[in-house]
Amino acid sequence: MATYAAPIPQVHAHHVEHEASGWTSWLTTTDHKKIGIMYMVLTFMFFCLGGVEALMIRLQLGAPNNTLVTPDTYNQLFTMHGTTMVFLFVVPMMAGLGNYFLPLMIGARDMAYPRLNALSFWLLLAGGLVFYASIFWSPPEAGWTSYPPLSSALFSPSGGQDAWIYLIHLTGISSLVGAINFYATIANMRARGMSWGRLPLFVWAMLTYSVLLIFALPVIAAAVTMLLTDRHFGTHWFDQAEGGSPLLWQNLFWFFGHPEVYIMVLPGFGIVSEILPVFARKPIFGYKAIAASTVAIAFLGFLTWAHHMFTTPIPEAILVFVMLSSFLIAIPTGVKMLNWIATLWRGTIEFKTPLLFCVGFLALFLIGGISGVFLAIFPVDWQLNETYFVVAHIHFVLVGGAVFPIFAAIYYWFPKITGRMLGEGLGKLSFWLMFWGVLITFLIQHVIGMDGMPRRVYEYDNVGNLALYNQISTVGSFILAAGVIATIVNVWRSLKVGAIAGPDPWKANTLEWFTASPPPVNNFDVVPLVRSGEPMKDIRREIERRSANAAGTATVPAGTTQVGV
Amino acid sequence: MLPSILAFFTPESGGSPNANQIDTLYKITLVIALLIFFAVEGGLAYALIKFRKRKGAVAAQIHGNTRLEIGWTAAAAVILVALAILTFSKLSSIQNPPNSGANGASLSQLGEQNNLLYASTNRRLPPDGKALDINVIGRQYIWQFVYPGASEPDGLGAPYSYEEMVVPTNTTVSLDLVSEDVVHSWWIPELGGKFQVVPGYHNYTWFKISKPGIYRGQCAFLCGRGHARMIATVKAVPPAQFETWLARQKEAISEANAEAAKARKKLESQSGPEQVENP
Repeated sequence: MATYAAPIPQVHAHHVEHEASGWTSWLTTTDHKKIGIMYMVLTFMFFCLGGVEALMIRLQLGAPNNTLVTPDTYNQLFTMHGTTMVFLFVVPMMAGLGNYFLPLMIGARDMAYPRLNALSFWLLLAGGLVFYASIFWSPPEAGWTSYPPLSSALFSPSGGQDAWIYLIHLTGISSLVGAINFYATIANMRARGMSWGRLPLFVWAMLTYSVLLIFALPVIAAAVTMLLTDRHFGTHWFDQAEGGSPLLWQNLFWFFGHPEVYIMVLPGFGIVSEILPVFARKPIFGYKAIAASTVAIAFLGFLTWAHHMFTTPIPEAILVFVMLSSFLIAIPTGVKMLNWIATLWRGTIEFKTPLLFCVGFLALFLIGGISGVFLAIFPVDWQLNETYFVVAHIHFVLVGGAVFPIFAAIYYWFPKITGRMLGEGLGKLSFWLMFWGVLITFLIQHVIGMDGMPRRVYEYDNVGNLALYNQISTVGSFILAAGVIATIVNVWRSLKVGAIAGPDPWKANTLEWFTASPPPVNNFDVVPLVRSGEPMKDIRREIERRSANAAGTATVPAGTTQVGV
Repeated sequence: MLPSILAFFTPESGGSPNANQIDTLYKITLVIALLIFFAVEGGLAYALIKFRKRKGAVAAQIHGNTRLEIGWTAAAAVILVALAILTFSKLSSIQNPPNSGANGASLSQLGEQNNLLYASTNRRLPPDGKALDINVIGRQYIWQFVYPGASEPDGLGAPYSYEEMVVPTNTTVSLDLVSEDVVHSWWIPELGGKFQVVPGYHNYTWFKISKPGIYRGQCAFLCGRGHARMIATVKAVPPAQFETWLARQKEAISEANAEAAKARKKLESQSGPEQVENP
């Protein structure tokens, strides 16, 4: 009698590689988590370098007619500071966070193109090294916006300007490759059941970030290539004497430069949209409105670049159009702000450090948003443009909108990355120092600007209260730096002595908390079916229900559970 | 309290009508902005205190409220429409120069200058078409001001000054801004907004000063290592004094030119070991 034998699945391991360990495993890795960690560590180091440059700038301005640094060193410092913070810290830090958490949040086992992912990181490192190598020769000194003719070979003959160009190229390719990778990952590798309406808001933000980068980066790549050929190969794109135009650079630069602002802050918005509901223990208020306004901001971001050029010789029709399109952006941004506050409303708010940094974001970014409306009104901008008012505005937007969310993300996700909690005491100290540091440093800068002090000046005369105001700002910058140091100490200590986190220390809503901390190489043994926008909440409920049914049997450890499959 | 906050937190003004109009526009915006600021930050603070975690409190599981969300979107739009209308209502008084006062300097009709390299913003003239026309030339790191009164048809021989511009009071002064090297920006805070001085382009602005005095400013766009020292002052004097100054300046320049020509001739005529190459 023939019996039916069920086929036994067999696995043939033809070539089993040992899991790489030691430092070579970091050099050769294509694991999104390791790449993510390298991104975060590297960009944080650049953040510290940029911070030191900022402190030197503030020290120079701490007294009127100070002679601490020479004018050329001063110009190099603010050029390095701006370039570092934008191209080597905020944008790639967001890529690092996205690298680590985006696949985990959508239930994927890696990014779509793991090797391209590694390429992105190593290009970023190369860009950073090329740029910082210039400090041993002559660093660039034409500002992070590098307007020609000042950045041309005639007025900036040093190789530092070329190092700046190569930095833009290398980090640009790095970001472009990364953006395509994010897009492909989000489009194709979401867990079963994770429809667009259930996508975590951080993933929505990274999707928008990627699309913005894909549209904006080719323009800046073209612009810096034109600058390079102007400098070395005899072209005259920006040379008015030969029929070129310096204004062409301004248009090209800001066509990229304005979306770049949203490239920097939209992921921050995403981080805040993830963290607020967890600590208010309440769903995000108006998921669709937040996702839609993210996309709306990104679209409008491409129509407003000329508001950086309100004082240039351009026709009035453009001034009016750009003022109105800039106003329009305030609407989706305001909607988000109110949605976040409504998320806190009627919640039960737990004041853990990640939440504090999110609240700091709300409080500070609002100031930057409101000062932005002043700058959008072009006759008012004629007074405020290129003064310390603008310096204050960009720092409220970027420190509030990007740095605070990044710190919130560090405190929120550190347990997932390392398996250990960061200390709450040092965390809160860090928050309060940074929060007051930002207010003291930058609020007074509005007044400094309106009293007539332009930005990018290495010295000023003591007219009116300028000396006092600048001293206040300098003191604030050191308080801010102390706050950053508190977090560095916190990370250093907690790596060894932090409390063990477990898979889901915050009782959060998204899938990265479904796996162990730190996650295994394959992220998930089983990827759960997603039934709502808050899959972990569903899973916790299901576990509670089953444990109640099983009447006191052991709880199912997360990461191995079959719940929801 | 409010006026003192407004004064502390306001750009400079008081020298020229356009600066004053920008100031008014700014202050109205500031009041609206402060209201929004305190409402939103207040709401945030209230939520943080009222809804902090307490024993027995349960978070309301609300996912949204479409009516409320449409409501605040519309409210934001209404505020911005109001700001736009406000700006348009102020625009002409900021952009269009008035006629010079009866006690201003006597002026001839401004000739239409048509040496633009590119299409550019149009120069705005007072209703009667008369203004004192001063060319402002930016170069690393000094401002040059060229006044009307060229002695030759190609514009040469006009009186000029560096760093300090001298102008008559109660007279509409129209500035034609050009650069000889890199991008600069013209800004005297009390006399209205700043305008970029871009090589290859003309940019224009104007002011009309009623109070004699000195108005200070400096280049407002990074132009290189000496950017911080590229200062500009405008000295407003009564018209009669201005005319005397202008005549004296012209004379001084032609005297200095004559001296220079003489010195050059002497150098050129020298021979032997004292001869200077390429004098």
